[in-house]
Amino acid sequence: MKKFWLLALLAVTCGSLLAADRSDSRMLVTVEIPRLRVSEYHRPYVAFWIQDQKRQVAANLAVWYQINGPEEKFGNKWLPDLRQWWRRSGRGLDMPVDGISGATRPAGRHTIAVSDLKLDDLPPGKYTLMVEAAREVGGRELLSIDFTWPVTSPTTLEASGESELGDLTLTLRP
Amino acid sequence: MPRFVLAAIAMIALFPATTFAHKFWLLPSQTVFSGNEPLVTVDAAVSNDLFYFNHHPLRLDNLVISAPDGTQVEPENATTLRYRSVFDVPLAQQGTYQIGIFYDGLFATWQENDRRRRWRGTEETFKTEVPKDADGLRVSESISRVETFVTNGAPTDPAGKSSDRGLVMVPVTHPNDLYAGESARFRFLLDGKPAKDLEVVAIKGGTRYRNAQDEMKLKTDSNGEVAISWTEPGMYWIEASSSDEKTTFPQASARYLTYVATLEVLPQ
Repeated sequence: MKKFWLLALLAVTCGSLLAADRSDSRMLVTVEIPRLRVSEYHRPYVAFWIQDQKRQVAANLAVWYQINGPEEKFGNKWLPDLRQWWRRSGRGLDMPVDGISGATRPAGRHTIAVSDLKLDDLPPGKYTLMVEAAREVGGRELLSIDFTWPVTSPTTLEASGESELGDLTLTLRP
Repeated sequence: MPRFVLAAIAMIALFPATTFAHKFWLLPSQTVFSGNEPLVTVDAAVSNDLFYFNHHPLRLDNLVISAPDGTQVEPENATTLRYRSVFDVPLAQQGTYQIGIFYDGLFATWQENDRRRRWRGTEETFKTEVPKDADGLRVSESISRVETFVTNGAPTDPAGKSSDRGLVMVPVTHPNDLYAGESARFRFLLDGKPAKDLEVVAIKGGTRYRNAQDEMKLKTDSNGEVAISWTEPGMYWIEASSSDEKTTFPQASARYLTYVATLEVLPQ
């Protein structure tokens, strides 16, 4: 039984990696939402953005939150729990925002292929990828990866979370 | 007449040093909001411990709630209990709400049949309630502001009316944009002019679970400004007080001025 699950997991993981590789995006962000053994589990809210050296938002990549609820904008109430994202960006947005808003994701690895539309607006320079997760009745974690844009050769940068986020990978291509 | 206000004002009146007075405060349930029907609920109390309602309620008689567009909003479910007052404020507009209790009145003491009388009221009630020939009459003016700020969505400039009477705080850093590890600037005005060399005290809540007040003592510069460096996140009580003889009421000999704000500092 265990073997089956391992195989299944491997297949899914490879699948997502392959899918990621097939994408011709110049920027891929892969994040792992860890499987947690807790009695009350809610999928985390997760925000992805790029900030410049003045900590201003250079690009909003994605926000995963409860988009659907018993009423419109029901899940917006907890967006400020993504504290940094809320401060730097969220509180000035009228959610949902096309190309950014997304539903919460289950545990596992997820890849975001950043569209050229967002990257074309990014002047050459030093940036930080920010990934922030907050979970209802759980914790909060903020990961960051510094990078220089654009790259001349394919580059992979990594960071690792300890509680709400697992491995984070940023893949940059010329 | 609420005995606690008397006691507190008497304390302030008798002992200008702020350490003698109980702490007045408003405590918002949170300060940063989003969603469909955001609502803040606020406790208002007078106590020694921050922020524990275990002594006296703070009366809501002079509660003023200013919405982001400058209009005044009525509280919902306002109640004064034994140890605290409580009220709700639906945050229907986007932006910053300024919530405050403002007091501007007279305080008097005199001797009457070997007993010390204490009185609080207005210039009108003074005429009828305080005997003209009161023995050892001492009258002072008391002007205080106790306030807090909450924001729905993006912060806007607090729209509450400032005053050219007494001590007011003008945020330089937005009061709902405070983060541990950063510093924030606030400007204090006394009668509308920069209050320089004013002592400002900041104390983090949760005093019951530590051995010392751990207060930060700061002094305003010539612009009336202080920079407060937040070392830890939490709900902070900010206080400044002063006294002088710039009275407007003829019989008053002294003036006691107090400013209090509750500010939330968030973790990075």
